[in-house]
Amino acid sequence: MSTLTTAGTAAPARDDGAGGRRPRWTRGRVALLVCAALLAVLWLLPLAWAVATSLKPDDETTDTGLHWIGSRITFDAYRQVWESGDLPRWLFNTAYIASMTTVLTVLCTAMAAYGFTRCAFRGRKVLYGLVLAGIMVPPQVLIAPLFAEMVALDLVDTYWGVILPQVATPAMVFILVKFFDGVPRELEEAAYVDGAGRWRVFWRIVMPLSRPVLAAVAIFTFIQTWNNFLWPFLVTTDPNGMTLPVGLVNVQSSYGVRYAQVMASVVIGGLPLLVVFAFFQRQIVRGVAHTGMAGQ
Amino acid sequence: MTATTPPPAPARTIRRHWTEHGLVFTLPFLVLYALFLVWPLLLGVRMSLSNEDVAGTRSEFIGLDNYAEALTDPDVWSSLWNTVWFTALSTVPLVVMGLVLALLAHHLRFVDWLWRMSWFAPFLLPSGVVCLLWLWVIYPSDFGFADQLLARFGLHPGIGWLTDTRYAMLSIVLTTVWWTVGFNFLLYLAALQAIPQHLYEAASLDGAGAWHRLRHITLPMLRRTTGVVVVLQLLASLKIFDQVYILTGGGPDESTRPILQYVYQAGFTSYRIGYASAVSYIFFALIVVVSLVQLRFSRRAREENGA
Repeated sequence: MSTLTTAGTAAPARDDGAGGRRPRWTRGRVALLVCAALLAVLWLLPLAWAVATSLKPDDETTDTGLHWIGSRITFDAYRQVWESGDLPRWLFNTAYIASMTTVLTVLCTAMAAYGFTRCAFRGRKVLYGLVLAGIMVPPQVLIAPLFAEMVALDLVDTYWGVILPQVATPAMVFILVKFFDGVPRELEEAAYVDGAGRWRVFWRIVMPLSRPVLAAVAIFTFIQTWNNFLWPFLVTTDPNGMTLPVGLVNVQSSYGVRYAQVMASVVIGGLPLLVVFAFFQRQIVRGVAHTGMAGQ
Repeated sequence: MTATTPPPAPARTIRRHWTEHGLVFTLPFLVLYALFLVWPLLLGVRMSLSNEDVAGTRSEFIGLDNYAEALTDPDVWSSLWNTVWFTALSTVPLVVMGLVLALLAHHLRFVDWLWRMSWFAPFLLPSGVVCLLWLWVIYPSDFGFADQLLARFGLHPGIGWLTDTRYAMLSIVLTTVWWTVGFNFLLYLAALQAIPQHLYEAASLDGAGAWHRLRHITLPMLRRTTGVVVVLQLLASLKIFDQVYILTGGGPDESTRPILQYVYQAGFTSYRIGYASAVSYIFFALIVVVSLVQLRFSRRAREENGA
C-alpha cells in the first residue's frame, strides 16, 4: 500500500486544502503564519544576497556593512560571464544531456515495465528479480570500474559517456511496473480482439493511460540528471564538454575574487530549473513526491 | 469480458510477430542495465582483487590484499567515521525540519506557492550553485554575510566556518539542510494530505484541541512516512560527496572527508583503481545493510496495514 498509488492522488498543492474551506484566522493561525514567514525569509535570504551581490559593481562586493544595493545597479557581471562563452555552452550541454537521458529513460523503462507486466516469457521472473536487486546499487559505488569501462569503450569526454550510465535506473522500472499492475486490462484486451498487435497496444493504449506516472518519472529523471555532479565530473575533462554543475565549480578558480561574477554565474546556473519550477509547480511537486516515495 | 489473448500465458515461443515476445520490450533496458550496472559491478569485483591502476599498465591478481589493506587503513576508517558522523548530524534536522515545515504549510493552507518556492526550490539547484552561494554567505570572515549579520546582533564570533575543525562539518550540515530539506518537506506534505479528514472531524466533536489532534491523530498517522523519510535520508546522507568536495575539499585536516571522496582520491588522483574499488565495495556493504533494514521495515509496515 503506497501513500501515493497513482499520480492522481494527494498532490501537495491545493489552495483550499483537503478540508474544503480555509480555516478562520484565529490567534493560533496567525502565530503559525509568523513562524512560517520567518522560516521562509531565512530560506530566501542567501538567494537574495546572491542576487544582490551579482547586481553590484565588482569593487563594492566586499564592502562591509550589509548593503543590499551598491552605488548603482549594474548587469556588468552577467554580461561578462555570458560573453566569456563558458556558461552558454555548459547550459547547452546540460540541457542536451538531461533531455536525452530523460527521453531514453522513459522509453526504455516503460517498455521494460510493459514487458514484465504484460508478457509471458521464459526467465521473466529471474530477470525482474535481477532488476529489483539493482535498486540497491548506488551508482556512486561503481565509479572506478565504470570509468575503466568508459576508457575501454572510448566514451570519456563524450555526451554518450555521461548519458548512458544514467539511463540504467532500475528504480524507475519498479515504479512503472507497480503502476502498470494497477491498470485494468479490459481496454487492452478489447484492442487485441480487434486485432491490434502488442506494439500498437503499448503505444496507443498503455502509454496514454500512464501519462501521469510517465510525467513523474520524466520530471524526476530530468532534475536528477540536470543536477548530477559526480559522474559528469569524472567523465569529462574538457571544459567544452562540461555540464553546468561541473563547470560552476571551476568558475570559482577562474574568476577568483570577482565575486559579482561568481554570483552572476550562480544565478544563471540556478535559474533554468527555478523558472521551470515556477511554471510547473504542481507537476514537479507531484512527480518528486510520487517518485521519492516509490517502493514503500 | 473474456480475454482472447491471455497474457501472461504459460511460456509461449515467438509467435507470428516479433513484438509478441515480451523479451523484445525488456531488451533495450536490459542491454543498458547489463552494460552499465551489472557489468561494472562484476568488473569492480575483479578490479578490487587486483592491483590495477588507471593507465592499465599493470593488473595482477592479488587476492584479498586490497580489502585487508583497506580495513587497516586509518584513512578509510576516518572517512567512514566522517560519513557516519555527517549522516547522524544531518538526518535529525533534515527529518524534523521537514516535518515542521510540512505541518506549517499544511495547517496554514495559505499562499502554498510561497512555502514551496522558499523551502522546496533550493532542492532543484545543482550542488555547485548551492555551495558557491554558501561559500559567499559564510566564508569571507570579515565581510561575509553571516558574520556581518551576527555582528548586527552584537555577536562577532569570527568563526572559521570552514577552516576550524570544530565548525566545518556543522557548516556542511547547515548547507545540506538548507539545500535538501524541501524533499522531506514534500514527502511529509503529501502524507499529511492523505490523512482522512473524518478522523479529525470525529476528534473535534469530542472537543479535542489542536495539540491533542496533532499528538493522537497526525503523528501516529505519519509513522510510516517517517520510517520511509528516515531511511531515504540515511541513504542520501551516506552518499555525501558534492558539498564536501566543493566547500572544504575534505579539510580541514581531512576532518570532513567522506568515504566517497576517499574512493575518488584513491582511484582518480593516486590512480590505484583496484584499491579504490575495494574501498567502494566496503562502503557498498554499509549501504546494503541500511537498504535491507529498510526492506524489512517496509514489509513489516505492510503487514501491519494488512495490505
